[in-house]
Amino acid sequence: MSWTNFFPYLIVMAGVTYLIRMLPMTVFRREIKSVFVRSFLHYVPYAVLGAMTFPDVLYATGNLWTALAGLVVAVLMAWRGWSLLTVAVGACLAVAAAQGVMMVL
Amino acid sequence: MSKSFLQGVKHGIPIALGYLSVSFTFGMKAVGDGLTWAQAVLISMTNVTSAGQFAGLPLMVAQASLIEAALTQLVINLRYALMSLSLSQKLDHTMTTLHRMVFSFCNTDEIFAVASSQPGKVGKWYLYGLMSTPWLGWALGTLLGAVAGQLLPVFFRQALGIAIYGMFLAIILPPARRERPVRVVVLLAVGMSLCFRYLPVLNRLSSGFVIIICAVVASAVGALLFPVKEDAP
Repeated sequence: MSWTNFFPYLIVMAGVTYLIRMLPMTVFRREIKSVFVRSFLHYVPYAVLGAMTFPDVLYATGNLWTALAGLVVAVLMAWRGWSLLTVAVGACLAVAAAQGVMMVL
Repeated sequence: MSKSFLQGVKHGIPIALGYLSVSFTFGMKAVGDGLTWAQAVLISMTNVTSAGQFAGLPLMVAQASLIEAALTQLVINLRYALMSLSLSQKLDHTMTTLHRMVFSFCNTDEIFAVASSQPGKVGKWYLYGLMSTPWLGWALGTLLGAVAGQLLPVFFRQALGIAIYGMFLAIILPPARRERPVRVVVLLAVGMSLCFRYLPVLNRLSSGFVIIICAVVASAVGALLFPVKEDAP
């Protein structure tokens, strides 16, 4: 793609994304007193990550069965409190193992 | 100071490794769609948003209107406004306006999640340490995907695709196990997300809107049923 076609999109995409992130962090300097708002914000990350994970995780590997294998292993490891990296690696290995099993079958 | 920075770096490394696989896919796709490797890397270095970048790519290629490109980013990335607002309550006095303006461009889902799971307030050295390796990983993965993506065997690329979800699960499940309110909020958000994917009519909504609706409704229900008393959000 030519740079003259490319740059307007880069600036618009990066600019909008930056303002979304920057304004709420810079403008709201004082502590929020409302219990409802504080509680709401406390729950947001869990809700966002939950909605981003399901059902998308089932399509992450291009095959439902290998994705399920990775998901089950990731859930078990995460539930037991393993670290982010360990769970991510475990899920990848489970997918790889499931791919191997499916090739043999 | 340097201790906080190093601790941030340490916490950022797993995020960076997770990002490598996702940005690798982005770099591969961008070059496949006709961008140069330098353009792909420049997008990753300035946007640092997986969903937004994947959604923006086809709009660029089709030379869609800039308003459409802006609205797409707004909808898909609006959740970051909630995260920045939430994190703004957790920053200590070292996070002056200038540092907030610098750090905020890298406030991703994972960096936010790790920063907000720290006990007490967080300061600039921890946050700069935390954002450094994920940002590098995001740019480096894009570069590798753009340059060498087609060389990797397919099964390897597919296995990498699940890494980011393993990380998400490792963030949400331990608190969900400990605290019933978090469990309820997560299950509600997941249930709604499934409905928006599989039920007729509802499944026409774009993925960016779905995440916003699920997050706002589930968090609001959580806040009504289980108000958080003293603990800082």
